[in-house]
Amino acid sequence: MDKQTVYIPRLASTKERFAPGHRACIGCGEALAVRLVCKALGDNVIIANATGCMEIVSSQLPYTSWTVPWIHTLFENTAAVASGMESGLKAMNRKGVKSLPGVKVVAMAGDGGTSDIGLQALSGALERGHNFLYVCFDNEAYMNTGIQRSSSTPYGASTTTSPAGKVSVGKFSWKKNMPAIAVAHNVPYVATASPSYFKDLFSKVKKAVAVNGPAYLHVLSVCPVGWRSAPELSVRMGRLAVQTGMFPLYEVENGKYKLSMDLPKLRPVADYLKLQGRFRHLTQDMIQEIQRRVNEEYAKLKEKAA
Amino acid sequence: MAIKVGMEVSVAMGEMVKLASADVIAAYPITPQTHIVEHLAELVADGELDAEFIAVESEHSAMSACLGSAAVGARTFTASAGQGLELMHEVLYVASAMRLPIVMAVANRALSAPLSVWGDHSDVMAVRDTGWIQMFTENGQEVVDNTLCAFRIAEHPRVLLPLMVHLDGFHLSHMIEPLLLPEQSEVDRFLPPNSYPLSLDPARPVTMGDFAPPVIYTETKWAQEVNLRASKEVILDCWKEFGDAFGRYYSPVESYHSEGARVLLLTMGSFSETAMLAVDSLRSQGVDVGLVRLRLWRPFPFDELRQAVKEAEVLIVLDRALSVGGPGGPVCSEVKAALYQVEPRPKVVSFVGGLGGRDITVSGFEEIIKRGMDIAEKGSASEFEMFGVRE
Ligand SMILES: Cc1ncc(C[n+]2csc(CCOP(=O)(O)OP(=O)(O)O)c2C)c(N)n1
Ligand code: SF4
Ligand SMILES: [Mg+2]
Repeated sequence: MDKQTVYIPRLASTKERFAPGHRACIGCGEALAVRLVCKALGDNVIIANATGCMEIVSSQLPYTSWTVPWIHTLFENTAAVASGMESGLKAMNRKGVKSLPGVKVVAMAGDGGTSDIGLQALSGALERGHNFLYVCFDNEAYMNTGIQRSSSTPYGASTTTSPAGKVSVGKFSWKKNMPAIAVAHNVPYVATASPSYFKDLFSKVKKAVAVNGPAYLHVLSVCPVGWRSAPELSVRMGRLAVQTGMFPLYEVENGKYKLSMDLPKLRPVADYLKLQGRFRHLTQDMIQEIQRRVNEEYAKLKEKAA
Repeated sequence: MAIKVGMEVSVAMGEMVKLASADVIAAYPITPQTHIVEHLAELVADGELDAEFIAVESEHSAMSACLGSAAVGARTFTASAGQGLELMHEVLYVASAMRLPIVMAVANRALSAPLSVWGDHSDVMAVRDTGWIQMFTENGQEVVDNTLCAFRIAEHPRVLLPLMVHLDGFHLSHMIEPLLLPEQSEVDRFLPPNSYPLSLDPARPVTMGDFAPPVIYTETKWAQEVNLRASKEVILDCWKEFGDAFGRYYSPVESYHSEGARVLLLTMGSFSETAMLAVDSLRSQGVDVGLVRLRLWRPFPFDELRQAVKEAEVLIVLDRALSVGGPGGPVCSEVKAALYQVEPRPKVVSFVGGLGGRDITVSGFEEIIKRGMDIAEKGSASEFEMFGVRE
């Protein structure tokens, strides 16, 4: 799959729906992820966006980066806003008040807006079965407010509210398994994706849009600022996250797990961790502990996908 | 021809939302609002109202779903009260600032702690500055009539603001009253379809809800102020046309035997009806007293209020909410502010009472008026008096 990325420019539409000129930092993996997801979405969408980096960099009055209809309201309510949009379109189409056939409602939020403060609204919307796609852009912390930890921050990462210190390992708990929480809602489609694997991301977005009902996409988004990694390495970092098993790519269609790529042997997690300042303080023991846990989680995932 | 019914006020409100053909209702249950949304859920379940009923998982999500629904141009209704309204708090500001015409019924309820499901105006006052149009109602007919007016005002192209219809929890929401419900054809004539401009539509992409740096935030807030103030004109037009069509006229401040009266009592909501009886009783005893009722709470009707009290020497205000550690009653504070620059102006006396469902009877109001007159004459050591505190 790695090699196919060479051909991607020919597969993707050249139209930008998340247009250049936005204020994201150089090497921002989240901006790349949003841009690529939007390419895959097409034009017949309405987007609801949570407060967070992507909202802030794209929508400073009186400018906008969005060429598709887009709304931002608050931080934690994006799935609920999407519920209202989907229901409104449904009712108006049915009653003949308006005709907006086939419009896909898409909610977008960061890991904080999804796995922490927005979890209740998301759970409600998934349970109610709205026909919408929810995309979580996971850069593993509250980046917009200055790199504070979220429940999606990985174990050991030093952030401004989980600083590594004399008596602190950094973030002390394991990364919350948000895709599994989405799966537990029995929704038709859940997948993980990475902009570093564009073709895979593209096909997952297409599948998610085609689903009639809630779909959940969890996209790892490298943040060089928060991860303290080199901006020019963002795409490679995304690949390393996948190849080390720290962020495996898979999809869950109607409850059935399927790995998106075959990794007979995982690369050592150290290859990924050592490129990031947020893990610089980790001792050999801690890295081994992370390796053990990643192996264990990956084996469990493989079993589910078997 | 209107249809005469005997109906619970909450149910009648649901009937009006049906007659208004709402597209989306997103609501979360809380006493004493429940009967409104339960009735709507039933109407949708029976196919009598063609709408999407979103049984959300919280009030925060209820109001958020309303934002989404209104932003795609759907006619949108919700209802809440007390804690529910408080949980919506931050979303309420967004609804008004983004000019989304949502209609919400608030079955006014006290705020915890201690927990109280009963009525007062603590919830209204906590959302006073959220930028919504807000009106009080006194009886079931007013609820029916103003639910219809609410959609027309909120969705008016010169307004495009969310609107709260306040009805006192239990004291009004749960009453069974004789009511006149309009017919569908009458409603259709009075209420044009919702034609929200610049809704979210792939054919005409718009960006909504940008963030504002300091260089532009002030201007957005001023625009909001100008817009909310200007809505009064449309509200007055709507009430006038409603009166012409249905024979019942409404105004921002209503008076009862207030012309030339030396002493005036000011109330809001359903307690006004009891206060009228107290005024009747005192007048028969020779007390020169009248009543003014505040119907429009936002935009605040400065001119109408000044006009209504200009001849009085004493104005007694009864608030059903407390500004703890502050000047007592929030409505009284605003009344005082409205009158401060006016000459001559009545002496204003503040009472707080009727909290958490505590009734104020006719004799209670008589007591308030007499005590108020006494304070106006002799003065008082405190900013306000709490009525009916048991020792
Ligand atoms: C109710 C509320 N609490 C806190 C904030 C402050 N806030 C804005 S964005 C943000 C973090 C966003 O993190 P995430 O969702 O991960 O998105 P990112 O910026 O990392 O893309 C926080 C804490 C807010 N806007 N609203
Ligand atoms: S802080 Fe990180 S996620 Fe936010 S714009 Fe910068 S690089 Fe992107
Ligand atoms: Mg984040």
